[in-house]
Amino acid sequence: MAKNIIEKVWDQHVVYQEDGKPDLLYIDLHLIHEVTSPQAFEGLRLNNRKVRRPDLCFATMDHNVPTKNLPIINDPIAKKQITTLAENCAEFGVQLADMGHPDQGIVHVIGPQLGLTQPGKTIVCGDSHTSTHGAFGAIAFGIGTSEVEHVLSTQTLWQNKPKTMEIRVNGELGFGVTAKDIILAIIAKFGIDVGTGHIVEFTGKAIHKLSMEERMTICNMSIEAGAKAGLISPDQITVDYIQGRRYAPQDEEFKEATAYWLSLASDEGATYDRILEIDSTEIEPFVTWGTNPSMGSGISKHVPSAADFEKESDKQALQKALQYMDLQEGTPLTDIAIQHVFIGSCTNSRLHDLRSAASVIEGKKVNENVRAIVVPGSFTVKQQAEEEGLDKIFLEAGFEWRESGCSMCLAMNEDVVPAGERCASTSNRNFEGRQGAGSRTHLVSPQMAAAAAIAGHFVDVREILNVPV
Amino acid sequence: MEPINIVNSVLTPLNRKNVDTDQIISKEFLKRIERTGFGQYVFYHWRFDQNDQPIQDFVLNQPQYEGSKILVAHENFGCGSSREHAPWAILDYGFNVVIAPSFADIFHNNCFKNGILTIALSVAEVEELLAAGEASPLETEVNLEAQTVTANGKVYNFEIDPYYKQMLLNGWDEISLTFQYDEQITKYEATRKAY
Repeated sequence: MAKNIIEKVWDQHVVYQEDGKPDLLYIDLHLIHEVTSPQAFEGLRLNNRKVRRPDLCFATMDHNVPTKNLPIINDPIAKKQITTLAENCAEFGVQLADMGHPDQGIVHVIGPQLGLTQPGKTIVCGDSHTSTHGAFGAIAFGIGTSEVEHVLSTQTLWQNKPKTMEIRVNGELGFGVTAKDIILAIIAKFGIDVGTGHIVEFTGKAIHKLSMEERMTICNMSIEAGAKAGLISPDQITVDYIQGRRYAPQDEEFKEATAYWLSLASDEGATYDRILEIDSTEIEPFVTWGTNPSMGSGISKHVPSAADFEKESDKQALQKALQYMDLQEGTPLTDIAIQHVFIGSCTNSRLHDLRSAASVIEGKKVNENVRAIVVPGSFTVKQQAEEEGLDKIFLEAGFEWRESGCSMCLAMNEDVVPAGERCASTSNRNFEGRQGAGSRTHLVSPQMAAAAAIAGHFVDVREILNVPV
Repeated sequence: MEPINIVNSVLTPLNRKNVDTDQIISKEFLKRIERTGFGQYVFYHWRFDQNDQPIQDFVLNQPQYEGSKILVAHENFGCGSSREHAPWAILDYGFNVVIAPSFADIFHNNCFKNGILTIALSVAEVEELLAAGEASPLETEVNLEAQTVTANGKVYNFEIDPYYKQMLLNGWDEISLTFQYDEQITKYEATRKAY
């Protein structure tokens, strides 16, 4: 019988099955960071338990780390959390890419970069954006700290098998439209909770033409549609990305692995519990105007009005969002002025993202009312970007060029948007206060963020980009 | 975790949908390395203004809901970040039960691991409870064993996964239970692929 990739990978990992219980699922890779792990390690200590498979764990520091003046951490509580992770990794034998280590970076950037992320794996991390790794055809999902402790102790999790969903992206992407715009358009069209209880496979021509880095952007934000996980069937682009990476299989084993990985792709005629479709020709560069990722529109549109919604609860949500965002119904999105630009986060901080932002700003200057920062996703991304001279393009335009980390995506470190100010951000969440208490976030692609940095307000990046040859 | 079965209190009506975990516990409070002490920070930026003064019209600041153990909200409660600090904060503040039409997956799991009962009722039922609870303090009884919520002169039945129900009623430690499957895990590991 034809199976989809979700069923194939899930079934491979069931350790134990019994009626009336969730499946006991084996976990192949456990990624760890400083914010959601200290209580889990403490739990091990209190119960005199060990890490079952330290060889299947990999830790780094990203959420709290400063992105300038390393290695000084001014916040003593943040410092304590960071040193606690280092101590825990040493005590339990977990490999750590510490601050200042060449492998350090945002956990969802370094996993793929090091070749730890591979098709067919089950991957977890105490972070909701673990869905990023689904880009490789892995089942990857975020877990809480109790589950982190459970995986550390047993290398397994009890999980009810989620339903399956296909989101088919038909047609060709238009000029100037990016992976970020696809996923924002999907969330706006189908809603912030459409994926609840499901693992989503993204399919269609537009998806399989994307590079691995672009696919990661799509899967990264599947959690913003409520999905348990999001993934893409592996193809030759996936295999080519993995080849030669440090923790990837090598030589003969790589050939065997490749055959296995490609066999995981959904079979012709595979079925899903639910299928949704979107026409990519209808997608334009996107901007969010509200306080959750589904509250967004194409750049040619206006801030919606209460009349655009049927349900009373949606009208109320609109009102609350616009009040927080200090926006009026019907305002053209291009009229919204911004004071901050953040290019970074596990959604959009990879080399491709930095290149595409740089291509927009080259030879131009950041608007005098705007403070703009670039935070590469990892030490390696930063280094590669510098080898290409991207840092010079950003610096000459007036951007700040920082060290890697989660930074202004959630503003746990000192990179904060002040209350009442507005940020064009390439991150994944525009929740109230996400980038600082009282801050106002608009989610966009790296190109759109770069264009806004120059203009001081949102613009349609297609008017700036050169027409493709 | 503590076993849970019968909970009696007034309910707290939080009439919002898509309440994300950033609102439940803001990032500036995630730096602690303990599991406890987060209750004082729950819904911080809805409870307090920029000068840390209570915002009087926010439901948690209204005296008639003081001591409430049951929180009621609209759809998709707990969406966003996986931070378990959100259920830790809810529990530490005093809530043992959250009722909503739907919950985000990770938040739902996290509640369960901490002995917080999440109850999904229909949108109409939740709206009924919210309206009654907003009009005047509504004494409510939750009974996990019987799978009922009794309030407003009515009994609302709810579904719950039998595994979750047993774990919550008994307050079992899941890791200890999983250790009983060590043999199966070891056997699985012997055959699993290296890639």
